[in-house]
Amino acid sequence: MSRTEVRICGLGGQGVVLAGQILGRAAVYMGKNAVQTQSYGAEARGSAAKSEVIISSDRILFPKIRSCDLMVAMSQSALDVYVHDVKEEGQLFVDSDLVTKLPPSMEVHKVAATRISRCELGSATFANVVMLGAFTRITRLVSSDAMEKAISESVAAKTKTVNHKAFQLGFVLRESH
Amino acid sequence: MSSAAQRKQFLRGIPFPFCAGCGGATVATVFLKAVDELGFKDLRSFVFCSGIGCASWIPSPHFKADSIHTTHGRSIPVATGVKLVRPDLNVVVFGGDGDVLGIGLSHLIHAARRNLDITVIMVNNMIYGMTGGQVAATTPLGTWTTTTPYGSYEPPLDAFRLLASAGASYVARWTTAHMAELTESLKTALTTKGFSFVEVVSQCPTAFGRRRGFKNVKEMLRWLKTQSIPIDDPEAASMPEQGETIAVGEFRRRTVIPTLTESIQQVTKRAGKQ
Amino acid sequence: MSKVLSPGTYFMQGNKALAEGAVAAGCRFFAGYPITPASEIAEHLAVRLPHVGGIMIQMEDEIASLASVIGASWAGTKSMTATSGPGFSLMQESIGYAFMTETPCVIVDVQRAGPSTGQATKGGQGDVMQARWGTHGDYASIVLSPNSVQEMYDLTIRAFNLAEEFRTPVILLSDEVTSHMREQITVPPADHVEIRTRTPPRVGEPYFGGTLVPPMPSVGEGFDVVVTGSTHNEVGLRFTADPTVHSALVTRLVGKIEVAAQSMMDCETFNLDGCDVGFISFGCTSRAVYEAVETLEEQGISAGFVRLRTIWPFPEKYVRELAEQARVVIVPEMNLKQIYYEVQRVVDGAARVVPVNQIGGGELVTPETLCHVAKEATDKL
Repeated sequence: MSRTEVRICGLGGQGVVLAGQILGRAAVYMGKNAVQTQSYGAEARGSAAKSEVIISSDRILFPKIRSCDLMVAMSQSALDVYVHDVKEEGQLFVDSDLVTKLPPSMEVHKVAATRISRCELGSATFANVVMLGAFTRITRLVSSDAMEKAISESVAAKTKTVNHKAFQLGFVLRESH
Repeated sequence: MSSAAQRKQFLRGIPFPFCAGCGGATVATVFLKAVDELGFKDLRSFVFCSGIGCASWIPSPHFKADSIHTTHGRSIPVATGVKLVRPDLNVVVFGGDGDVLGIGLSHLIHAARRNLDITVIMVNNMIYGMTGGQVAATTPLGTWTTTTPYGSYEPPLDAFRLLASAGASYVARWTTAHMAELTESLKTALTTKGFSFVEVVSQCPTAFGRRRGFKNVKEMLRWLKTQSIPIDDPEAASMPEQGETIAVGEFRRRTVIPTLTESIQQVTKRAGKQ
Repeated sequence: MSKVLSPGTYFMQGNKALAEGAVAAGCRFFAGYPITPASEIAEHLAVRLPHVGGIMIQMEDEIASLASVIGASWAGTKSMTATSGPGFSLMQESIGYAFMTETPCVIVDVQRAGPSTGQATKGGQGDVMQARWGTHGDYASIVLSPNSVQEMYDLTIRAFNLAEEFRTPVILLSDEVTSHMREQITVPPADHVEIRTRTPPRVGEPYFGGTLVPPMPSVGEGFDVVVTGSTHNEVGLRFTADPTVHSALVTRLVGKIEVAAQSMMDCETFNLDGCDVGFISFGCTSRAVYEAVETLEEQGISAGFVRLRTIWPFPEKYVRELAEQARVVIVPEMNLKQIYYEVQRVVDGAARVVPVNQIGGGELVTPETLCHVAKEATDKL
């Protein structure tokens, strides 16, 4: 199957839209087709937000995802709302401190993205990119080179260095269980 | 050259549509006198914007110049577009109190706040004249109008003080009974860098004067003159509540603040460095 | 940053591509007021227009935004505003003014779920009829509908070209999904893109009549231009009593768009020749049709589509062509039958017309739903 559907969800303010944008851009750098869409509430912070990325070697017709191959959940409420259409053989990536109630029969990767961002980088802001680091190493959906390039193109100039650091912190991470 | 002959250079020769005794004709004459005295030989460097209402017919289509007769209340934002694209042109807005202070009020305040380099001339006849004499935001309290048959029950709005506090560079209020002062004020307004506003309290014999019991235009003009007190008179402070005295005079901002065009030019420069 | 976007492939958001299309088309004045899901257009042009000597200003409301765009256009500059449903409603009076005064400008409406505040962050397609009939009086609209990030760029250029060529406001009707979607876009070299610009009149030539699309002067050029939204004659002077002046003016204004309607109708079509089932769609909904048609064909059901890239003037000839072949015409849209009735009028009994309507939550009609509807409809035949 050449089409991979990825959903990154969490709360408004956690940078899920940016994360999806980086992933989609990286796929395009690798010569694939990508479409990223998003959904969020009227509140700028705190409501459920999701960013969906479809990556395919073919032209992408329908831009929304219907059965999710890979889902990243940065909050428990987002996981609860969006987990229903993740494929049985799909994989789940969760922020291990913020998502504790997990579905019983699914491959789950726990990443302490928010904690690492706060402890290592002094702010929870970069948890999204820490998560992308872990996601990239485990899924091999896109290359880390393409992701690094996409990060440079997607984040504000003054946060480039710290975002690259966040990506590396996630990329070298051993999973916690 | 006689000023009357000179002013023919400024007009298309289409007769004004105003009622007999209307203050609109006076404002047109005084404005052209001011332009003439400033040394303009024609109106080629002017663009006039006006909305809907009797006063909007002062420039459009009578002045021999570019004129944009907009929808009701939107003359100032249209003027904003013109001035930002062509800062070299003199952009002047004419409008009535309904157009400028009623439906278009927020644009007036924002243009003053931005210090948009235009001149707004508001002909205040204290009534919606064209539509048959309905109450306006400027109607004196207690006035009988077609929509306040038992007397108006809202105090009027004081445009002068509003605009002075909103950021205008020059504000003046006169009446059609103050032709000399008005001429000088219009000359000041047209030569002021930044937002300038001139209110002319004016007679509408048809929709206002008649119903207030004025016998003729002369009596209305006399009333305008006798009701006027200097803006710095302590008595003038009670004006907005009553609307029966007319505080006349000028306000000049002493500190020079950049015009909107200048501010945008600064931004463009900053953008060029990035 | 360079003046115009250098040619190449980008991964870009729809709204940003629209803004870049405007810059490429020569837009040098933008006025707007913040509103979801259109704000990124203003934000991006605030960055970009100063680089090309243009001006972006945030006005006090949408009424002032379009009014200042009209002023800037008369001052000789290609101008645009962008908004969503509530702001589009506020702009309606000035849209009529721009039509009546033959002021070229582009108005972007990024549709969200209405009426009123509705679901402010969710997509919809409920402004189709407002885009056609929103202002009062008789008029004709040109309304374009993109369905990809690439078309956000391309159709913005087309919108400016049509506005300039026909001296009329052009509405670019996007939707939340297409505006916020990110995908690849290929920016062509500037010299591969056709850019049209209004022609000024010769001295003495009328600019409000005399020909179907008169030349357009600018203020400040010595023309002594008279512009008015009141009924006016060939030189712009108010004529509000004579019925023939009004009739001649409004008939010409509507006529200039009707006469050119055939050339303006722009549709993407597939398998019109031999299809059993046909789809008529526009904007984001058409992305589901692409996939549904593929699936149906795989399952042995011959399917085709007409995708309205121009919604108004309504592309009647394409719809008729589809209805001559297909026994069932399916009309999916994210509103309650706005285009369906228009299709029914044109099809006029030649085929069965089946509506598929979905509103709320910004959820797209899915290809699965469309396949299901198609099978059900063909079974009944």
